[in-house]
Amino acid sequence: MSDLEITGLDKSYRTQSVLRNLDLTVKEGTFVSILGPSGSGKTSLLRVIAGFDRADRGTVRLGESIVDDPTHFIEPDRRRIGYVPQDGSLFPHLSVMANVGFGLARRDRNGTRVEELLEMVGLGGMAERYPHQLSGGQQQRVALARGLAIDPDLVLLDEPFSSLDASLRASVRHDVRLVLREAGTTAILVTHDQDEALSLADQVAIMHDGHVSQCDAPATLYAKPSTPELARELGEVNFLTGTKARDGVETPLGTLRLESSSSDLKGASDGTALLVLVRPEQIVIDTDLSEARGTATVVHTEFYGHDAVVKLRADWDESIFITVRTSEASALPLRESCVALRVRGSVVAWRQ
Amino acid sequence: MAVLALPLSFLITEATNAGTSNVWHLIWRSLTATLLWDTVRLTVVVTILCAVIGTLAAYFVERTDLPGRHLWAVLVVIPFAIPDFVVSFGWSSLSTWVEGFRGAVLVMTLAVYPLVYLPVAASFRGADPGQEEIARSLGASRLSTFFRVTLGQARRSILGGCLLVALVIFAEYGAFEILGYRTFTTEIFGEFTIGFDTASACALSLVLVLLSFFVLFGEGAMRGRGRVARTGPGVQRIATRRPLGRAKYPVLFAFVALVGAALGVPVGSSLYWMFEGGAHALSGVSLVSAALTTAGYSAAAAAIATLMALPVALLVVRYPSRLRLLLARSTFLILAMPGLVVALALTYFSEQHAQSFGYGTPPLLIFAYALMFFPLALVGVRTSLAQAPLAIEEVASSLGVSRLGVFRRVTLPLVAPGLGAAFCLVFLSGVTELTATLILIPTGVQTLATQFWAYQQNLSYGQAAPFALVMILISAGPAYVLGRFFDRLPVRRTSSPVNRVLA
Repeated sequence: MSDLEITGLDKSYRTQSVLRNLDLTVKEGTFVSILGPSGSGKTSLLRVIAGFDRADRGTVRLGESIVDDPTHFIEPDRRRIGYVPQDGSLFPHLSVMANVGFGLARRDRNGTRVEELLEMVGLGGMAERYPHQLSGGQQQRVALARGLAIDPDLVLLDEPFSSLDASLRASVRHDVRLVLREAGTTAILVTHDQDEALSLADQVAIMHDGHVSQCDAPATLYAKPSTPELARELGEVNFLTGTKARDGVETPLGTLRLESSSSDLKGASDGTALLVLVRPEQIVIDTDLSEARGTATVVHTEFYGHDAVVKLRADWDESIFITVRTSEASALPLRESCVALRVRGSVVAWRQ
Repeated sequence: MAVLALPLSFLITEATNAGTSNVWHLIWRSLTATLLWDTVRLTVVVTILCAVIGTLAAYFVERTDLPGRHLWAVLVVIPFAIPDFVVSFGWSSLSTWVEGFRGAVLVMTLAVYPLVYLPVAASFRGADPGQEEIARSLGASRLSTFFRVTLGQARRSILGGCLLVALVIFAEYGAFEILGYRTFTTEIFGEFTIGFDTASACALSLVLVLLSFFVLFGEGAMRGRGRVARTGPGVQRIATRRPLGRAKYPVLFAFVALVGAALGVPVGSSLYWMFEGGAHALSGVSLVSAALTTAGYSAAAAAIATLMALPVALLVVRYPSRLRLLLARSTFLILAMPGLVVALALTYFSEQHAQSFGYGTPPLLIFAYALMFFPLALVGVRTSLAQAPLAIEEVASSLGVSRLGVFRRVTLPLVAPGLGAAFCLVFLSGVTELTATLILIPTGVQTLATQFWAYQQNLSYGQAAPFALVMILISAGPAYVLGRFFDRLPVRRTSSPVNRVLA
């Protein structure tokens, strides 16, 4: 087993504390994204894992061996951790082949291993080129091949796609994911792009102020964020007020079923005031008002082809606006019309 | 680092030995005031002229469709390789009009404007053309854009160039001696070699060094804290060149005149004297032996200075801290020290404290060169270290390569061109050095510069001219290499890991 296990990590630069009591576990063979705003300490974390910087406190364990704690420190060249930096950082004086073969024993540097890797990242015929002759996306893929060449136990990707333009980004992202899955390599991707984090990873760790505030599978994270702020960070939200009832939560849109594992609500008595998260795609628009509990007035609609967004003003409180995402884009309600709203599935709630 | 402070500390020691009141008395002479006035007014006029000529030439070469600009780019820089005293010789041997203040202004401007041209041209090349376009779109006229944006981008380079110009004028001896213009340096030289008046030479040196410090800190203060960096991501575009239109012919004419005066006259007049000068009976060392001596001393000094600069540059670039400040300051100590003063300090040192050990031997002269030109070597090495950012070395070590391996396989290959440039810069300066060489030259040996000087002082121009030409030939090669090196430097955003982490 070569799981990565980080416990109680502290790190500061000069007087600025960037990592605070950080815990993170990455199982072997998984792909973990670290998502967080800039300045949250993502890059610092990668640098400590890679061994470029040493932690002030805490332990970094890779498989059986401790690579960094107050008494042990293993140099980066002995860790077998591949690192793919933001700008690629290719060696400008070496050809693509020499770049990829850099970490190999001398006899393997021109061998089939390098060719296989270049083939894998889709740069078969480019071995003789130099970094300045490559596009940004190609450089990024060379950097990836170089990091994988040493057959690492772990690959660190530091916002490798952020320097690419949007059209290239999607394809390089996809290629990288495939290559890593094929190689079965454990990987940590640092990003501030939530689509990237959610779509690529097996697990997403949310970083805030130097520590990991939640780490879960993307779907779990989206459906059951641990705080309202986290919910807002991971997509569009509607927040409703409600009160705890025996069979769920009482809201203007009816009694909604509560997610079973809302740990925050354990022991909350009936009648407790709650803040309820309803995602836009959980709401269904109904033009039949006969059995309606909550109604709203359509303010405007945005048509996107595959789906559409409807913005509404709540009839029970004119200061509340509600966003609905519907896949029935062909039959959108008219502006200023009054519609009924229903909620599908269960919801998450927090004490107010 | 103590070595860098050596000249200053011995200057102060020597002045103290002469008695404080005595030194005060020597400084408060009317002679000092006269020298101060003559030195300062010359420096101000030449610096302004160099700033204007250097900046305009750089603008026309880098930013307009000047015909033959690749050729001009080379021709405009070559005067850098011609010793100032050869320019002075070339002009003053043609006409008696060239003498005194006006001669000094003409000669020094022509000799040193490349010190402004080189950095300014580099900054024009690196500057973001997008900023000019934005300025135009915000309603600024072409002229206003030039003054508010283009010059703004080059401001630091212009100031840096002006600083070098001023320091070179402070240190110049040969050119002024030929023109009969008196500055601090010519006076100190006279006091020392003719009057053997150490106390007086020392007192004047102190004033000169103070003047240099004044200029250095003045430049530092005017530099400001602004940065000329690209702020956006993406690949930099090549600047579009501004068509000159009908202004083409006057500009071309100006270039012809500039190159003619700065390059044509010294070379032409040397050639003229070589063929027409007639033979004097004066004997000296042969051209070949002088050339070999010069090349040997300069190469040795270049190697030492480059080796000394490598660890210093590594510390300054890689471990920015209070240590870095201290290092930067101590190179200031030597920058402010004219070659003459360095030579005098070394002479005192060897006489007073080392039982004349080393005085009049090649190692002392080589050491003086290495010390004087250390700041130049540092510039070259620092520039090249910026080509090998820490991030690249970190990646290399994460690929399982040991520290030594990373240095050998990554750092060294990336830094090598810069080390070569540093070597060329020191070598070039050594070949054309006259002042310190005259004082420290071993007995019975002549370099190209000193032999030229001996002939020139005896008015045997015909015999002096070949030495000038060989000096130009030897230094033109390294100058060309240097031009190519700084020309090819990619403009990259500096990425210090500490900055990135804290950003």
